[in-house]
Amino acid sequence: MLSIILILFTSIFFTGIIIRTKSIVSGRKGPVILQPVKDVVRLFKKGAIYSETTSIIFRIAPVIYFSTVFMACLVVPFGSYKGIVSFDGDFIFFAYILALGKFFSIISAMDTGSSFEGMGASREALFSMFAEPAFFILIGSFALFTGNTSFHNIFSTLHLGSSITYMLGGLAAFVLLMISMIENSRMPVDDPKTHLELTMIHEVMILDNSGFDLGLILSTGYLKFAMYGAIIADFFIGGLFLIWAIPLFLMIQVLYAIMIGLIESFMARFRMNHNPQFILTLSSVSFLIFLGVLLVLDKFV
Amino acid sequence: MINILIIILLSSIISVLFVSTKSKGIITVATVIVIASLSSFFSIKALFGESYQVVLSGTIMFGKVPVIIDSLSAWFILTINFTIVTGAMYGFNYMKKYREKKNEITLHCIAFLLVYFALLGISSVQNGFIFLLLWELMALSAFTLVIFEHEKPETIKAGLNYLIQSHFSIVFIMLGFIYVAFKTGSYGFDAIVSFSGNQSVLAGTVLFLCFFIGFAIKSGFVPFHTWLPYAHPAAPTHVSGIMSGVLIKIGIYGILRMLLLIRTDYTTIGYIILFISLFTGIYGVMLATIQHNLKKLLAYHSVENIGIIGIGIGLGCIGLGSSNKWMAILGFSGALLHTLNHSLFKSLLFYSAGNIYQAAHTLNVERLGGLIKKMPQTAVLFLVASIAICGLPPLNGFISEFLIYGGLYNWLYSANLISLIAIVFSIGGLVLIGGLALLCFTKAFSIVFLGNSREKHDDEIYETGFWQLFPMYLTVSLMILIGLFPSFFINALKRPVALYLQSAVFDQNIIKVGVVDSLQTISWLFFGLILFVLVIVGLRKLITRKKNIEIGSTWGCAYNNPTSKLQYTASSYVRSYSKLAKPLLDIEKNEVGIDEVFPAEKHYETDPYDKIERIFIDKPLKLINRITDPFLFLQNGRLQTYILYGIIFIASVIGLPLIIEKIISIFHFLNNL
Repeated sequence: MLSIILILFTSIFFTGIIIRTKSIVSGRKGPVILQPVKDVVRLFKKGAIYSETTSIIFRIAPVIYFSTVFMACLVVPFGSYKGIVSFDGDFIFFAYILALGKFFSIISAMDTGSSFEGMGASREALFSMFAEPAFFILIGSFALFTGNTSFHNIFSTLHLGSSITYMLGGLAAFVLLMISMIENSRMPVDDPKTHLELTMIHEVMILDNSGFDLGLILSTGYLKFAMYGAIIADFFIGGLFLIWAIPLFLMIQVLYAIMIGLIESFMARFRMNHNPQFILTLSSVSFLIFLGVLLVLDKFV
Repeated sequence: MINILIIILLSSIISVLFVSTKSKGIITVATVIVIASLSSFFSIKALFGESYQVVLSGTIMFGKVPVIIDSLSAWFILTINFTIVTGAMYGFNYMKKYREKKNEITLHCIAFLLVYFALLGISSVQNGFIFLLLWELMALSAFTLVIFEHEKPETIKAGLNYLIQSHFSIVFIMLGFIYVAFKTGSYGFDAIVSFSGNQSVLAGTVLFLCFFIGFAIKSGFVPFHTWLPYAHPAAPTHVSGIMSGVLIKIGIYGILRMLLLIRTDYTTIGYIILFISLFTGIYGVMLATIQHNLKKLLAYHSVENIGIIGIGIGLGCIGLGSSNKWMAILGFSGALLHTLNHSLFKSLLFYSAGNIYQAAHTLNVERLGGLIKKMPQTAVLFLVASIAICGLPPLNGFISEFLIYGGLYNWLYSANLISLIAIVFSIGGLVLIGGLALLCFTKAFSIVFLGNSREKHDDEIYETGFWQLFPMYLTVSLMILIGLFPSFFINALKRPVALYLQSAVFDQNIIKVGVVDSLQTISWLFFGLILFVLVIVGLRKLITRKKNIEIGSTWGCAYNNPTSKLQYTASSYVRSYSKLAKPLLDIEKNEVGIDEVFPAEKHYETDPYDKIERIFIDKPLKLINRITDPFLFLQNGRLQTYILYGIIFIASVIGLPLIIEKIISIFHFLNNL
């Protein structure tokens, strides 16, 4: 219960912090932290325009996209406190329910019959396919390490043994940070602020969405960030008391947001055809974590 | 029961010969339903503990013929029954367009009944000889079903390809049975148990591999899959649905049955199956993604799903070998459930493809588009099946893949270095299969059903009639049931799985703990998801009720006059993928580019081909042709010469021994001098 409240709370200011960081780094004052939420509220109030090509898919997809991310949030724990639900193999559910949302966002982009949106859809499908193994191997390593196969059990038993786990946690945080950048279509894979359709991924997919639907898609993005942030934080707050864990959680979320802002300020987007290489690198880092776990567990015999 | 079954079958086959075309169909469907309900009754009983058993007297040549419906047979019979019944119902409506082909329909109906009979027989008979006879019956009648449109040369070619390859499959299975019969003198399945129990591990493994290759050809494991992408598109739709849904699953049944019978080193076998299956899964989906023909795409997806089932079986075997009970349970139940699941969503996909074909007269996805507006029901059914085949929640595909993932992660705890590497690659492979399937089915669905039509069609496109959609709704409701109430189906699976664990006492709680227990929670989450979606939809209705909703044209970067040619195509959708995977694929490109000042018409065509087929089928064939080509003059088409060959043959058969005898006697004579 605690985790979903905190995730919802963080998602309110998360994107604001990213935007603020970017403004400050580039020497501007920037909008207020809550500006993204205000945008969403404004969009909710607006009417909508639909393309005549689109069908029911286009109208239902944003709802399903939002719902899947929300359902995924339900299995994310808060340190040693369970999420709303926790069961063996919940991370498989987590990944697959996110994939369901992706499925719908892709077909909704294709529904417009546009020459641009297919491009984004195609890239999104390809890139997220490559990012998926990294996540599964990463969680697999921790499952092996802790002997558990649910998010909650993994995080609550992670730091019971030695402090070497914090090193693994650091590496894992890196991989998850990068996965979240891919999943949220951020730099260095995608540039959310680009102004050319040909170079977009996520932005080009939602060109035709407007009004309530667009608001829903944007808020899904915020929620997704906070959700990944929560998982990253979970790697560190496992064994702590609430009084320490909550401030640490918020701190990690803020740090994570600032980090994204900094990455976006100082890095350029990769060339599209370099993206798969970069994403596959993540899988190898996950594999490295896996080997690290093997070392720690003395499995090299 | 068997007598009744055979009497029903024969009487309907005879009556099919003499009635009108429409009644032929009705008789076939009715017979299928009667036989299905009869056999389902016994199977359901078997699945809940009371197996059916009868021993036919047989002849002196092949011994007694036990017909046993145990829980494993029961699971497969039920799977077969469901798809055959929906297939027959769908086929009845589908074939209405072909009513003028009277003779073909007669043959088709008879072959359909025979295939069904053979499938039931194969999954319950426990005598190698009869098994082979039924296997042959299945191969021949399936061949007859495939070549329904025999006037098309590519159909005949595909049919022959299938026929030849299924006979390769028979050769391997026959080798296995004959070897055992030669050693023990019995064709009974119990002989295999006693035989492999007494032999060395190596002999057992070789025997299993012999059977495995035979069954793998039938089920389409790579590299034995090459018949599949030809046979499925060539056959009438309901036949493709049945072939992909149950015919290839009978190979899986064979493998699972042999695992029960042959006592050998399960770990080695498990690793072999796991490796082949991973390869099969990834290769199948890799090729599926680049196909333009919808049925061919689905056929390659069958290869992929056979791979997923195989991964489950492999895991189960390794679990048995290392006496990791949980892994065995998860692996086998995942494989069995996925067998059912795949037969459901794949037949549904094929039926949808059939609807599309009848409406638009093409299966080339590049020529379709925007069908959701004209065929909304088919579109939604196809969408549901696509979600299921990608293994996405909240449908049945997710449940079986979840079990297999569960088995893989369970393996982690008891693993050593080698198995850990196997695990990492299996997990990576399974995830990659899922990702590629998502790429492939977003492509298939969106290119066929979404956007605008890419080509003018001759006839107006209409939604298919209700009775043709009805079997599809049946299938989809079972899929949703499995997705939302997985525990019930897992419970039904515990007896077949318990067969492998060889636990004499049936453990009631066997399925109650661990990852399997999660399924209960997952089904709650699925309900939650559906509820949440409904709530948000309601909210949106409420908020946007008074808002201004406009209809405009798609954003075209200020270009307001787009044509349907400007849309993304299937090839462009997977272009970045096919560029990446180029070294592994075999795509023939035929391009006439712009290279002059006054360019001629530009032309670009790609034709995906199967690299493994080139290596394993085409190259050896070329080699054989080179050897046999010099003897081509023998085949000159003149009847007289052929009679001459016959005479020469008979003469040499009779004459040669005589001559040899004479020569020997001369030698004797010379020696005696």
